[in-house]
Amino acid sequence: MGNKKPIIELVGLGKEFQSKDNTVKALEDINLTIYEGEIFGIIGLSGAGKSTLVRCMNFLERPTKGTVLFDGKDLSSLRKEELLKARQSMGMIFQQFNLLMQRTALENICFPLEIAGVPKKEGLKRANELLELVGLTDKVNAYPAQLSGGQKQRVAIARALATNPSVILCDEATSALDPTTTRSILNLLKEINQKLGITVIIITHEMKVIEEVCNRVAIIDKSQIAEVGAMEEVFVRPKSKIAKQLIFSHDTHIESFVGEHKCRIIFDGRTSFEPVIANMVLECKTPVNILFADTKDIDGKAFGQMVIQLPNDELSRMRIYAYLNANQIPYEEVKDDVE
Amino acid sequence: MWNETVLRMVGVGILETLYMVFVSSFIAYLIGLPLGVILVVTDKTGIAPKPIINKIIGTIVNLMRSIPFIILLVLVMPLTRFVVGTVVGSSAVIVPLILASAPYIARLVESSLQEVDNGVIEAAQSMGANTFQIITKVLLPEAKPSLIIGSAIAITTIIGYSAMSGFVGGGGLGDIAIRYGYYRKESDLALVTVILMVLIVQGIQEIGARWMKHTDKRLH
Repeated sequence: MGNKKPIIELVGLGKEFQSKDNTVKALEDINLTIYEGEIFGIIGLSGAGKSTLVRCMNFLERPTKGTVLFDGKDLSSLRKEELLKARQSMGMIFQQFNLLMQRTALENICFPLEIAGVPKKEGLKRANELLELVGLTDKVNAYPAQLSGGQKQRVAIARALATNPSVILCDEATSALDPTTTRSILNLLKEINQKLGITVIIITHEMKVIEEVCNRVAIIDKSQIAEVGAMEEVFVRPKSKIAKQLIFSHDTHIESFVGEHKCRIIFDGRTSFEPVIANMVLECKTPVNILFADTKDIDGKAFGQMVIQLPNDELSRMRIYAYLNANQIPYEEVKDDVE
Repeated sequence: MWNETVLRMVGVGILETLYMVFVSSFIAYLIGLPLGVILVVTDKTGIAPKPIINKIIGTIVNLMRSIPFIILLVLVMPLTRFVVGTVVGSSAVIVPLILASAPYIARLVESSLQEVDNGVIEAAQSMGANTFQIITKVLLPEAKPSLIIGSAIAITTIIGYSAMSGFVGGGGLGDIAIRYGYYRKESDLALVTVILMVLIVQGIQEIGARWMKHTDKRLH
């Protein structure tokens, strides 16, 4: 992305919910810029405020503080009809798909076009094209009750694309799907992003969803943004406590690995074509015990971490550290009190 | 006693009952359906919250529903005379029938519309749908099966109300049952009219259930 053009900008955004006897802060001082054409992930634990955040982006929830700029326009300055018009440029998909149960797949896709006032014939043509794009040409006249979860989400994606939006907001869009279907839906979103240049914003609580498709990620915790950055950067070197918790979620197991001298080796994409551990063992002539490994291939590069137990003999340990340093392999010693 | 006159009377009774019930149901829906929609839409969790309007309509509906039909029948006689020109006969009974059933229908419609998944409404809002579009393209079509079964309940209730009209000479099967069965103690004629009413109620309920099944795409 050379000259990046912001598509959604959140400035000092805050949202409070007023209940009978107290105010609940759902979002606090959120500053975020999402650029045209990227796949942006927003991850957080449930209750962190991520669903409210995505609803502020299309003003389904009106923020109580700050501004939302969509394509340079301040949404709060728009008149009602202008806001409704602006929403047609932002497609949205949901965890529970939210299809009209009394309409067929084709009619569901026609729905946003009817709202936008597109002539019926034109709408049908467009809906048929979209069904083809999402690979459901054989389900034209099927009702949602006759479709699987993945198929329903495909219809929902086609529906969200109907009005040619520049952004598509995905609110936990894969959380109700099994891993295989999740992958195929994420691939479809990636394809849409690449082919049509549509900005995709993904809200999720699952790190693997972010890993799979996102270019950049924001981590939200307790109503605030804890960390923002390129996905690889955040994934490899998480700074905030919550980021570490989300990424190294398996780390809780490490505490149960008895023994001293544990070391976490970080795979940051540079060391992918090299058998790192095997070479190290051969070179240093000392065995290591692999306690934990979690590595993934992302865009042809290896990312992840491995926890190994080093020998008790100090000299061997020194050799291993020297080897890691010499080969510029990032590592850190693991203490028993890691979070 | 089963001579031609009696048979003709029963036949006319059936027709009068159907006339009263269907005309008043139709007009009551013209009033009750929009009221039900307004109740849902203006609710504080609705798509266009208007608490004051909601409170006023809700109170009027409750007030109307708490008046027993037999009292209403007498209370609205001046209005009936003004609208229909008379207070006896089937047409005259239509006025109190509408007044009694419209608020009831409003509540039935309200409860049907409340069943529509909020997520679907939110999806429509995310597409830029306005309030009117959400009502006509989401709320009513998605609630259609429930509205159909609700209308069967409403019509059968109105049949029950219409039977009371016999006390004011409103005609129909209820009138026959009261005149012959209650005043003249001709219990077999009363029994026949009651059976006919039961059959009409059963028939409408059955039609409603089948129509709903046919309409509801969630069941296929």
